[in-house]
Amino acid sequence: MAGISREEVANLARLARIQMSDEELDHLSGEMQVILSAVAKVQEVANSDVPPTSHPIPITNVTREDVVTKSLTVEQALSGAPKKSEDRFQVPQILGEE
Amino acid sequence: MLTFSEAMTKFEPTLGLEVHVELNTKSKMFCGCATEFGAAPNTQTCPVCLGLPGSLPVVNKRAIESTILIGLALNCEIAPFSRFARKNYFYPDMPKNFQTSQYDEPICKNGFLDVQIETDEGPKKFRIEIERVHMEEDTGKSSHVGGATGRIHGAEYSLLDYNRAGIPLIEIVTKMITGTGKYAPQVARAYVTELRDIVKSLQVSDVRMEQGSLRCDANVSLAPISSGKLGTRSETKNVNSLRSIERAVQSEIERHANLLSKGERVVQETRHFLEDSGLTRPGRSKEQAEDYRYFPEPDLVPVAPTKELIESLRKKLPEKPSERRKRLQQEWNVPDKEMTAMVNADLLDTVAQTIEAGAEKTLARSWWMGEISRIANEKNVVPTQLIAINDVVELINLISTGELTDKLARQVLAGVIDGEGNPKSVMEKRGLKVVSDDSALMQAIAAAIAAQPETAEKVRAGNIPASGALIGAVMKSTGGQANAARVRELLLKHLGQQP
Repeated sequence: MAGISREEVANLARLARIQMSDEELDHLSGEMQVILSAVAKVQEVANSDVPPTSHPIPITNVTREDVVTKSLTVEQALSGAPKKSEDRFQVPQILGEE
Repeated sequence: MLTFSEAMTKFEPTLGLEVHVELNTKSKMFCGCATEFGAAPNTQTCPVCLGLPGSLPVVNKRAIESTILIGLALNCEIAPFSRFARKNYFYPDMPKNFQTSQYDEPICKNGFLDVQIETDEGPKKFRIEIERVHMEEDTGKSSHVGGATGRIHGAEYSLLDYNRAGIPLIEIVTKMITGTGKYAPQVARAYVTELRDIVKSLQVSDVRMEQGSLRCDANVSLAPISSGKLGTRSETKNVNSLRSIERAVQSEIERHANLLSKGERVVQETRHFLEDSGLTRPGRSKEQAEDYRYFPEPDLVPVAPTKELIESLRKKLPEKPSERRKRLQQEWNVPDKEMTAMVNADLLDTVAQTIEAGAEKTLARSWWMGEISRIANEKNVVPTQLIAINDVVELINLISTGELTDKLARQVLAGVIDGEGNPKSVMEKRGLKVVSDDSALMQAIAAAIAAQPETAEKVRAGNIPASGALIGAVMKSTGGQANAARVRELLLKHLGQQP
């Protein structure tokens, strides 16, 4: 039976840099447990003769030729950026002092 | 402090090398954005490589073929079925918050590459086993602003240019390299050198370490000799020249050995190579163990290269660089030492192209390795930046036909390097031409004899070596523009001797 602990949910939140309150963690652990239980039901019917799938349609080798297409302008590219500077995306401090 | 050789009497190193190669495709891995190096910031991006909602990636066909070529050249098995995976991490160099990579289903695996190095016992071959070759995408370029050091730590904010994000990147990972002993630094360098030459010969990447299109991370660990154990490893990044690989491996071996012999522990961490000191410093500290939560990329379908495709690519494989070197060495008939010098100077291809373009073999080698390298060294540039191959070919042909002497050719070379034009026009402008007019030479010979009658008498009496002084005088009076062999011939004939 698949399960997820409160600590695992807290770790996932930390990896994704999502701040969560204790109440939110309690709540989410419960919700994720429900989702995992549903997935576990599917696993019960999937025998070893059913390969895991990552794509709903069984196709392979969809490629494009190595041809350059038009890019966005720098203004378009930066239009959704909360902050920008010197034609670049500006992001907050990444790591604190060592 | 233990020195490197002292360390090697107590410990044996294990290496693991990860090499990243940026492919030279015209467009990115999953979108049609251009891949030009040095373009203005954020001018080569689109919704796919910016990770905008709703955009869908499609794989670049040429990138797949280039990767298979690399795999085949490294004696790998090509997987009949291979998938992309998302490597999830929270860092702004990838706007998607994941890098599309390959995880448990790489496209190529289980290969090898043989390298040869000079040891105390002569040349020795090492087989480097390749674990995998997989496809991924390069990340954006970040610059850190503010803070005392300009480094990531303490910076106020960072700026991101996503032109590089999504450029096809190939990662080549070795298995553990053991049994190298004290030659570990040279083996590491020889491996990356050979790998670079192979990828270059396939014409799938520029493999320019200084531009970052080939990058190497070196994993090093030490264990007491014959302990059968494996030590804790460190991973050194930012190693951006062949020489630095050798230095970084040696410096990490020394650092580990000194920690271990003091009874301290090696911390498993990422370190950065410092070009100036040849030492390493700790990289960004990890808050916890890496957890990339890989899962198959649902937006891309699997890659399943057909046997026909693989065989048609196999047929395209060029001659292996190591075999080509052997063949050229035989054709040119040069000793090992000279061959190694050309390879180390990175001039082998240049010399080969010069010869292919019609220059005489020995002159091609001696001019590139001699005078041209000397001037390049003085000016602190690489020889090929100094002069174009076709100018060298022209210069050498002028020497071969006797229109230029060695001495004159040096002056012509200097003129070409100074931007005065191609060798022929420099010759004309500077009036550098071999005096081939016999009557002009005879005048100079007569003058030389008149100035040194006693020497001339000796030559008349059969003392041929004495003619050297007269030939020297003629060369001097003609400003070095005479062909010495022709002067000798005319002089001896004039003095009644058989040339």
